Parts: sequence; C-alpha cells; structure tokens
Amino acid sequence: MQKKKRILLDIKKTLDLNVLFGDDLLNREIECGYISDVLSNVMGKAKPGDIWVTYQGHPNIVAVAILKHLAAIIIIGGREPEKGTIKKAEEEKIPLMTSELPAFEIVGRLYDMGISGLH
Amino acid sequence: MILRFYKADLHIHTCLSPCADLTMSPKRVIERAIEEKLDIIGICDHNSAENILAAKKLSSDEITVLAGMEITSIDEVHILSLFDDTDSILDLQKDVYKYLTPGENEQNVFGEQIVVNEYDEVEGYNTRLLLGATSLTLEDLVNKIHLLGGIAIASHVDRENYGIINQLGFIPEDIEFDALEISYRITEEEAVRKFPQISHYPLITSSDAHYLDDIGRKTTSFFIEEPSVSELKKAFNKKEGRSIRI
Repeated sequence: MQKKKRILLDIKKTLDLNVLFGDDLLNREIECGYISDVLSNVMGKAKPGDIWVTYQGHPNIVAVAILKHLAAIIIIGGREPEKGTIKKAEEEKIPLMTSELPAFEIVGRLYDMGISGLH
Repeated sequence: MILRFYKADLHIHTCLSPCADLTMSPKRVIERAIEEKLDIIGICDHNSAENILAAKKLSSDEITVLAGMEITSIDEVHILSLFDDTDSILDLQKDVYKYLTPGENEQNVFGEQIVVNEYDEVEGYNTRLLLGATSLTLEDLVNKIHLLGGIAIASHVDRENYGIINQLGFIPEDIEFDALEISYRITEEEAVRKFPQISHYPLITSSDAHYLDDIGRKTTSFFIEEPSVSELKKAFNKKEGRSIRI
C-alpha cells in the first residue's frame, strides 16, 4: 500500500462518520491507526497520532486517548457512547466520531485511503 | 451487639452457568459449602438467577445464601450483584434478560444451562445466550443494583478475561463499586503491587467456583453482626466496628 497522510475531515467524509465532538479539529493529520476493544492493550500498543477504532464507549476511552496522544476515536457498530464520554472528549479536545458500520468495513476504508497499521 | 467472623465465599456458580460443572446443583453446592464451614455464600450465575429460588430455600441458620448474579456489561466487564432477597434479584434479572445479547445457547459449544430445584430435580434448561453480554453500561448496571438494595462488586479485577482493568485500562473512579474482587489466583499483596489503584477500594476474594471442589478455595472473612447485605456494606465501609479480612 501507499501510505498517505489524510486530514480528519477527509476521513469523516469518506467514511460518512457522525462527529459527536471535534468539528473544529478536523484539520488534524492522520497517517496510522489502531484497532482494539481491550483498553489495557491500547494503553500498551497504540502509538501517538493513531486514529483508534473501537466498539467501546466508556469515558475511559478518552482517558486512554489522552494518555497515548491519539488523534481521534471512531466508535463503530452503532454503539452510542455514554454521555460522560462525549463530555470528556469535549473537555480534553479529543475528536469523537461514530459509525453504524462494522469495524472491518471502517478499517478497510481507512486502509484504502492510505492509513496504515504500521508506523 | 455481638460481632463475630463470618466466613464467606461470595462468588459461586451453579449448573445454570454453561461453563460450570453439571454436578453444581444448588443442593450439592450448599452441602459442600457447609462441609467447607462457610457461613455465607453468594450464588452468582452468568446473567441469570434462575437457580436462586432453589438455593434460597436451602438457606438456613447453618449457612446463609445470598441471591446473586454475575452480570456482563456492554464493555464485557463482569460485575457481581448480591441481594438478601429473591424478589430484587428477579427484578434485576428482568432487566438483564431485556438487554442480553439475543440468541440461543449452543449447548454443544458453551455447555448446558440447567435449572434445578431444591430437591436436585432438573426443572428445565435455560435457552438464552447466558455467556453473551448485556448492552448495559457499567454506570447503569451499578445504579440498578444499588436502587434494588444490592451490592455491586467488580469481579476478578486482576484477570484478563472480563476483568475491569483489562477491559477498561483502569477502574473508572465515578462508578461506585462497593468492593472489588481479586481472583483466587493472586494474593492481596501481589494484586495491590500489580494494580496499585485497587488499594483505594475494599477488597474481597472468592472461589469463583465452577466445580464442587473449587468451593471455599478462597474466602473472605467478615467481622459483622449478622449475615446480611447491609452488614456486608458496613464491613466494606469499616462502620461501627465491622471489618473484612482476606
């Protein structure tokens, strides 16, 4: 694949994501991504700048995103995150987006756009 | 007021849990618990309380049976709920069933889910997908348990499978757990060293028995007045001389 930097706005448009927070932050550049629903694993393995794809919606996802300096979170599969998660994303300025699509489809489309799982 | 130690194993499955041994009928579980000189046991099957009626009928002066359930949250975290009475647990069960992953249990894959009465007679099979998860958030789940007057304990917090720290990275401080359970595999010292955050919570340990021989392999002693949920709560909060020892 040809790795390519993309801005969040392009990702949002191509994947038809619903932005719960972060409309003003969509100029962030993304080059790599990580996927996992086990937060301890994300804490160990995700890299700064990654876009994170997960089914989890607990407020802890925002804390993990801050800890690992992740660029944005996409919650897949139609899960609505807890209210506290959106509030925390707002406070911490972590773009938070959702999609009805399953994880495989989301990640496939990101890959097609040039977003890689390898740094 | 006379306080004394009560030896408790608050996390025991029965044959209703697909992963538990077929010999784990309420009657046999309680007989074994008495042999192990336990004073209080909690019957906690996965996402169902259908063997609680039988178990509660076998509760006596010799051994107190608390009505429990091990519920799976949307985050795939296991939470123990414990109540004095069957009405509350059956109320909670209604919610759990409403939000449980739809589908039927595949006996050959997950195991049988047997409902047994107090005489050791099979009353039927639960066909729900009890090893699935509910779509209830931790906050909703713990609130529901508290509203019904029960205790909410995060199960085996040190475990990779369905333990809260593995699933959510750390314990969310705004969830009001009454206590945390450390698994039978680990000592309190090891657990606290590995996960310093848990030292801020009351800790219990229990057998998480899936086989009769597991019952009582780890227990928690409560220094309390009587074997009830309200006394356990006082012990968690170290109120009025109550305490816990694991």
